[in-house]
Amino acid sequence: MAAFVAHQGWVAPMDRSNVDTDAMMPKQYLKCIFKSGYGDWAFDDWRYLDAGDVDVDVSTRRKNPDFELNKTIYQGASILLSRENFGCGSSREHAVWGIRDMGFKVVIATSFADIFYNNCFNNGILALTLKPEQIERLFELSGDKAMSLTVNLQEKRVTLANGEFYSFELEENRRFKMLNGLDNVATTLLKKQAIQDFEKQHKQTHPYYFTPLR
Amino acid sequence: MALTLFDKLWADHEVAILEDNVSLLYIDRIFLHERTGSIALESLVADGRMVRNPEKVFCSMDHIVDTHVGRTDETLVPSGKQFIQSTRKASHAAGIKLFDINDPWQGIVHVISPELGIVQPGCTLICPDSHTCSQGALGALAWGVGSSEAEHAMATNTLVVKRPKNMRVNLVGQLPVGITAKDLVLHLIAQYGAAGGSGCAIEFAGEVVEALSIEARLTLCNMAVEFSAFTGLIAPDHKAFDYIQGKPYAPKGKQWEEAMVYWAGLYTDADAVFDKQITIDCSHLAPVVSWGTSPQHACSVLDKVPNMPTNIEAGDEASYLRAYEYMDLHPGQAIDSIVIDAAFIGSCTNSRITDLREAAAILVGRKVANGVKAICVPGSKAVKRMAEAEGLDKIFIQAGFDWREPGCSMCFFAGGENFGFRKRVISSTNRNFEGRQGPETRTHLASPITVAASAIAGRIADPREYLL
Repeated sequence: MAAFVAHQGWVAPMDRSNVDTDAMMPKQYLKCIFKSGYGDWAFDDWRYLDAGDVDVDVSTRRKNPDFELNKTIYQGASILLSRENFGCGSSREHAVWGIRDMGFKVVIATSFADIFYNNCFNNGILALTLKPEQIERLFELSGDKAMSLTVNLQEKRVTLANGEFYSFELEENRRFKMLNGLDNVATTLLKKQAIQDFEKQHKQTHPYYFTPLR
Repeated sequence: MALTLFDKLWADHEVAILEDNVSLLYIDRIFLHERTGSIALESLVADGRMVRNPEKVFCSMDHIVDTHVGRTDETLVPSGKQFIQSTRKASHAAGIKLFDINDPWQGIVHVISPELGIVQPGCTLICPDSHTCSQGALGALAWGVGSSEAEHAMATNTLVVKRPKNMRVNLVGQLPVGITAKDLVLHLIAQYGAAGGSGCAIEFAGEVVEALSIEARLTLCNMAVEFSAFTGLIAPDHKAFDYIQGKPYAPKGKQWEEAMVYWAGLYTDADAVFDKQITIDCSHLAPVVSWGTSPQHACSVLDKVPNMPTNIEAGDEASYLRAYEYMDLHPGQAIDSIVIDAAFIGSCTNSRITDLREAAAILVGRKVANGVKAICVPGSKAVKRMAEAEGLDKIFIQAGFDWREPGCSMCFFAGGENFGFRKRVISSTNRNFEGRQGPETRTHLASPITVAASAIAGRIADPREYLL
C-alpha cells in the first residue's frame, strides 16, 4: 500500500446522512472477483438515470444531472465530504474499492460505520471525522464552488485555502501504518511470539475453543 | 473492579495493547461465505500466506446460491458459478470446513453457526458479513469485518481492534401478544436513529430480553449493526447453555463442565458502568413496520407515514425527502392502507424455526391475496428439515408461498433474483435501502408474522388481527 503523508485536493460534498454501502456499490457489481476497476459503478443508482450492470458500457449511460458528484465543479475531486454514519450497512469492501477507483483519497464525515471505516484504511483511504460545526462550515464553503483542502496526516490537520484549519484525531496505530504504507498482516506478524504465547495460555484456560472442530 | 460482559470478553482475548483503546485481539472462530470468502482466501494465497489455524475457519455457501429446489452451482448471477466453484476449491485447498450446497447443514452463516454450536458463549467470532453481530446473542463477542480483515484474521488469528464504548439497552416491562424481537429492534432504531449505537458494543438486557427465546435474541442482536453498533450481545443464561448443549460442535464431557464454569461468569457485574444507557418500556408497543429507505424510518403499523421531524439534523432532510419520493408515499398516509406486491420471509434476521412456526400459525387455512408474490426461504437445511417434519412447508405452500432451499435469497437479490421494478415488498429482512431487493424495489421491514398477515391482506396489516 502506498504511504499517505499529505494530500491536497478538491472537495466533493455529499450532503446526506446514513449513506449506505448498497448505494455506494449496488449488488450487481459484487459479482466480480477482482479488487479494482469499480470506479464507474460507485453510487450507480444515484449517478445514472438508466440501469447498469457489469456488462453495460458506462459511456452509453445517461448521467443524472441532479446527483452531486456529477456536477461539473466537482469533477476531479479527491476528497469526499459527507455527514453522519457514512458507510452504514453491508460489510462489502467493494464500496471502498468503488470510491477509491473513482479517485477519492480522503473521506471526511461526522461519523462512520465501523466496518466501512476499517475497510477504508485497509485500502489506503484516509477516513477522518471532524466536529459537526466544522463539517457544517465545510458544506457552507463547498456548496456552490470548487474548494481545495490540504489534509496533512503527519500533523493531523485539515487546512482550507484561506488558512483556516481543523485538527483531527486518529489512533496512532492507523496513522503510523498509513504514513509508512505498511502491510497490516506483516505488521501484526511482528508480534508473532506474543500471539503464540497468548494462544498457549488461552488453550490451557479455554480448551473447548480449541477442540478440533470437524 | 466491576466489569461489563463486553469488558470481560475483551480482556480475555487481548493479546497485546497497541495504544490507548486499541488492542490486538485473539480470534477463536472465523466464518466465511462464498461472496467475500472466495476473495479473502484467494487474496491470502496471492500474498503468499496460509490459513494459520484451518480448524478454526468455516465457510458456508449462502450469499450467491440459488434457492430454487433442485439447485446446482448455476445461479442467475452470471459469475455466481465462478464464485461458488472458486470458494469450494479455495476452501478445500486451505483445509477449512465447507458447508457446501448439498451439505445437510448448509445454510445462512448466522443461522448455522448457532445451530451447530460453532459460536459459543465467551468466544470471539468474525465473518466478512455485517450481520455477524447476531451471534452475540449467545454471549460471544462476534462482529462483521471486510474481506481484508478476514484475510488478516486467517493469517494471524488476530485482529487489531479499536475498543468501542459500552452501551446497555434495557428492555423492560412485559411484551404484549403479537410483538416480536423484530418489532423491538425496529422500534429502538426508529426512536434513537440509525446512528444511535455508533461506536458502541451494545448489551441488550432487562426482563424482556430474559424472556425471549434464543432465536428471538439472535434477531435482536442481528440488527445491532443497523443501529450502527460495533456489535450486540446478551449475557448467556440457562437458556443459552441448554441451547448449546449437545450441538455438533459444542464441548462434550469434561470440557462441557469446564466451559460451564467459565460461561457462568459471563455477565455484567452489578456495579459496572456503561458509557450510555437506554431504557425502553415495551409494555405498550404495537407491531412496527418500516416506511422509508433506512431502518430508522419505521413506525407502528397503526400509525401514518410520519412528517419530517421539526428538529431534523443536517443531512437528514435530504434523506427524508428522498425516502418519500423513492417509496412513493406521503406523510399522513395510513401504514395499514399500503398495498403490497410481494412478501418475503427469510434472511439471517428471521428464518429460524420459531419464525416459520409463528408465520405458519397465521397462514394456516388462509390464502395469500391475489397478485401477491410470496416466498419463504428457511435459514438452513436443518430448519427446513424441522419445518417439513412439522408440516409447515405444506402450510406455506397451501397458503400460496414458494417454499425454497436455504440461502440469503431475496434479502438483497442474491442469486440474481429480484422482486421487480418498483415492486412493493413486505420483508422479514434487515435493510430497506434503495434497490436492495430489486431495481427501485420498495421494501418494508417487518416481523415474520406481520409479513404473513400482510401477504394474506394484500396490504400492510396488523398481525394481531390474525392471531387466534
